Amino acid sequence: MSVGLLGRKIGMTQVFGAEGQAVPVTVLEVGPCHVLQLRTKEKDGYEAVQLGFADKLSQADTARDASARSRGRASRAERGQVTNLSGKNAKKREASGIASGKKAECEPQRFIREFRTDGQEHGCEVGQVLSAGALEGVKYVDVAATSKGRGFSGVMRRHNFSGQRATHGVKKCHRKPGGIGQATDPSRVWKGKRMAGQFGNVHRTTRNLKVIRIDAENHMLLVNGPVPGPVGGYVVIRKA
Amino acid sequence: METGPDLQVKTVRVRTETGQNNAMHKLITLAEQPHIREKRFNFQIGDSVDVHTRILDGDKERIQIYSGVVISMRGAGMGEMFTVRRIVASEGVERTFPINSPKIADVVVKRHGVVRRAKLYFLRDRVGKKTRLTERRAKASSSDE
Repeated sequence: MSVGLLGRKIGMTQVFGAEGQAVPVTVLEVGPCHVLQLRTKEKDGYEAVQLGFADKLSQADTARDASARSRGRASRAERGQVTNLSGKNAKKREASGIASGKKAECEPQRFIREFRTDGQEHGCEVGQVLSAGALEGVKYVDVAATSKGRGFSGVMRRHNFSGQRATHGVKKCHRKPGGIGQATDPSRVWKGKRMAGQFGNVHRTTRNLKVIRIDAENHMLLVNGPVPGPVGGYVVIRKA
Repeated sequence: METGPDLQVKTVRVRTETGQNNAMHKLITLAEQPHIREKRFNFQIGDSVDVHTRILDGDKERIQIYSGVVISMRGAGMGEMFTVRRIVASEGVERTFPINSPKIADVVVKRHGVVRRAKLYFLRDRVGKKTRLTERRAKASSSDE
């Protein structure tokens, strides 16, 4: 499987392994992922498969209250990505005999990612639906997501520094990093010195997570150990 | 955090030890389902029990019995554990078992103890005859069985 899958982090729990040992697992909802587009060398300059996961609210969606209805709703451009819309330009193209490409014919998708396939055989077609079943036989996966944002964090939290003593004359410096360098020589702070700053909210990949169970019917994947990001966050799953 | 509207729909109500109904995602319950014991053991805090544990003896599996008093039960669902205290060679030993562990073949109740609290940690400070709990007779226990 050269193409990865998209999904959502559901949460963590534990299951029992073959020897009766407790295994910590992350539950991932994987797919259904719609193949939205195929990027080609001729047209786009590179080869890739574009997948979409999680339906956006459609224009007709009224399940949400009126104030929230416009948010998260698909725009015309987004709808045009998944289906051929009728309109002035479409009619013009039709009149001049330009065939429009095949579309996925699904709901507009919320989470869209491309997987580079340069030269590889991927066997995907626009409109095809991929699910957890595509991982059948895969032993290890990489899971990528945006990690939880912790804002501007101090060195103790961000870099596991020890901080300073609580007593023995330490004044208002209990969580500070302490010295950050030498003296007159070199008269500067080394590049890459670990300091306080933005922590988290970056794209992270956890590699080689063992696949514990695949449930294609329920679009479920259990992997051993934690995965970046909050519960409900979107994840990209690749074969390791 | 962005959560799709379907995330709310897919939750199920799960009863926890504190008696609250907590929302839990359908997929998490599905993940746990095959590992959760279908038939719950029928024992309570203060009961003297025999815990039948499966152990590997060489390459053969056999049952080892660990008997003692249930002094605590905690957690819910997959994380549910219980602690059994016994005295081995005049030294107190406590073992905590996951209720849903496949290593536990059976829990046999030998006698019911009369207790008024959920955690019997006071037994740790007692030695000798004081560690015994009064037995709850069948007549008294028939009402809650």
